[in-house]
Amino acid sequence: MPRLLSFAVLLATWWIGSLFAGDAKLPPPPTVLTVMIAEARSGDLFFHLGLTLARVTLAFTLAMSLGAAIGYLMGRVRLADRLGDPWLILLLNLPALVVIVLAYIWAGLTEVAAIAAIAINKLPTAVVTLREGARALEAALDEMATVFALPRWKKFRHVILPQLSPYIAAAARSGLSLVWKIVLVAELLGRPNGVGFEIGVAFQLFDIPLLLAYSLSFAAVVLLIETLLVQPFEARLSRWRPRAA
Amino acid sequence: MRLEVDIASKTFKSAAGEQHDVIAGVAFTLDAGEVGVLVGPSGCGKSTMLRILAGLDHDFQGRVSRPAGARIGFVFQEPRLLPWRSVEENVRLVAPLANEAKLSALFEILELKAHRNHFPGELSLGLARRVALARAFAIEPEFLILDEPLASLDVALAARLRDEIAMLIGGRSVITLLVTHDVDDAVRLGDRLFLLSPRPARVLAELPIRTPRSKRGDAEIAAITLDIMRRINGAPAERDAS
Ligand SMILES: Nc1ncnc2c1ncn2[C@@H]1O[C@H](COP(=O)(O)OP(=O)(O)O)[C@@H](O)[C@H]1O
Ligand SMILES: [Mg+2]
Repeated sequence: MPRLLSFAVLLATWWIGSLFAGDAKLPPPPTVLTVMIAEARSGDLFFHLGLTLARVTLAFTLAMSLGAAIGYLMGRVRLADRLGDPWLILLLNLPALVVIVLAYIWAGLTEVAAIAAIAINKLPTAVVTLREGARALEAALDEMATVFALPRWKKFRHVILPQLSPYIAAAARSGLSLVWKIVLVAELLGRPNGVGFEIGVAFQLFDIPLLLAYSLSFAAVVLLIETLLVQPFEARLSRWRPRAA
Repeated sequence: MRLEVDIASKTFKSAAGEQHDVIAGVAFTLDAGEVGVLVGPSGCGKSTMLRILAGLDHDFQGRVSRPAGARIGFVFQEPRLLPWRSVEENVRLVAPLANEAKLSALFEILELKAHRNHFPGELSLGLARRVALARAFAIEPEFLILDEPLASLDVALAARLRDEIAMLIGGRSVITLLVTHDVDDAVRLGDRLFLLSPRPARVLAELPIRTPRSKRGDAEIAAITLDIMRRINGAPAERDAS
């Protein structure tokens, strides 16, 4: 309920704002909705949204799995930490734009370059978070698993993974919001389709209803994925925690 | 099956580089079916020794020979349960071969029947200890290690749990090593007691108790306890032995 109310307030503010700013700068909600429906009818909206979503999924999965593996290794093996640390610091401080531009220059304006650039932007934060998680693993539980001769896989699944899962969830959450932002830039700069590309087109034509139609549809998809996928996943992970009253 | 222990010394190095002797000579053997009890003051090195015996710490001077490949049931000083798994899952995880009948019997004896589906965070210390005990017994251990299983429980609860442990140990041909700083518990549960000095731990005396556990009367227990207190303190114990 409070969410709906908050949403209604946002919509009302937008509408009132458009009265003051004028249709040209801020078109009212119905105008944007009409464009949205037209784009949806023609199939363009779903085409571009779908492509963007596919890029997000690929880059996110790549960065998360690679980042988790590297982070775990760096948290557990000192040598790996020493070797990896300078690279990590470099990557952490490289601006997203630089990575994207360099990727397009070196690998051409290709799909691979775009996805790699997005993944590389997310990778270092995933590594850092998972390294923290691996460092915080309980030695006491490790000893328990050793004494009771738990097989490797069982130990990973039941002893290690549950300890890492809050860190994985944190990395996923912050990583997802990072990827949402970067994917649009990557598309704007070097892809002939996707939400970022469409927003670029709308910008060049100064077509504000089109720009808002794509931005808001994209935001809606992000919101939907966060509430339907990410939040239930997090709730599942913390099922065992005694609930605060 | 036999456990042979001869630890000449164990030292920890502090961060500042100082040596810190924890064990200064502990040797004994223990046969299957025997309950050995290490009795010593807090901080004398008992838990350290158990970690060595379980093969978790190899950094010591001396020799430990365990039956090769023996299944070890370890009840750690803290329960060390997986907080994200239920009581039953915690037990089943280490003992995939244990059947339902055996688990039921264990949960029955340890009064855990009502708690199978609880998570460790919902249990009192006494209950968590029982789960740790259930886990150790569920694997049908050949070498059972109990690190202060009765510490920090109230007297009545400790007595109940002690009887339950006695029941579980009885009739099994297991090498059992119990650690405690409570002489009374040691006398009630042990077959052979090893009295340890304060840190660094040495064996001060080895005392066999010949009467079988089930036949030990309160008077006999009190007498042995008094005798041990006298040896430890070098003077008659002030404790009321009744
Ligand atoms: N990992 C460690 N590093 C340094 N000192 C330790 C370590 N573990 C235990 N000690 C020290 O060794 C001594 C014996 O500890 P412990 O074996 O736990 O005693 P207890 O007999 O109470 O079980 C204590 O003084 C403790 O501070
Ligand atoms: Mg101890």
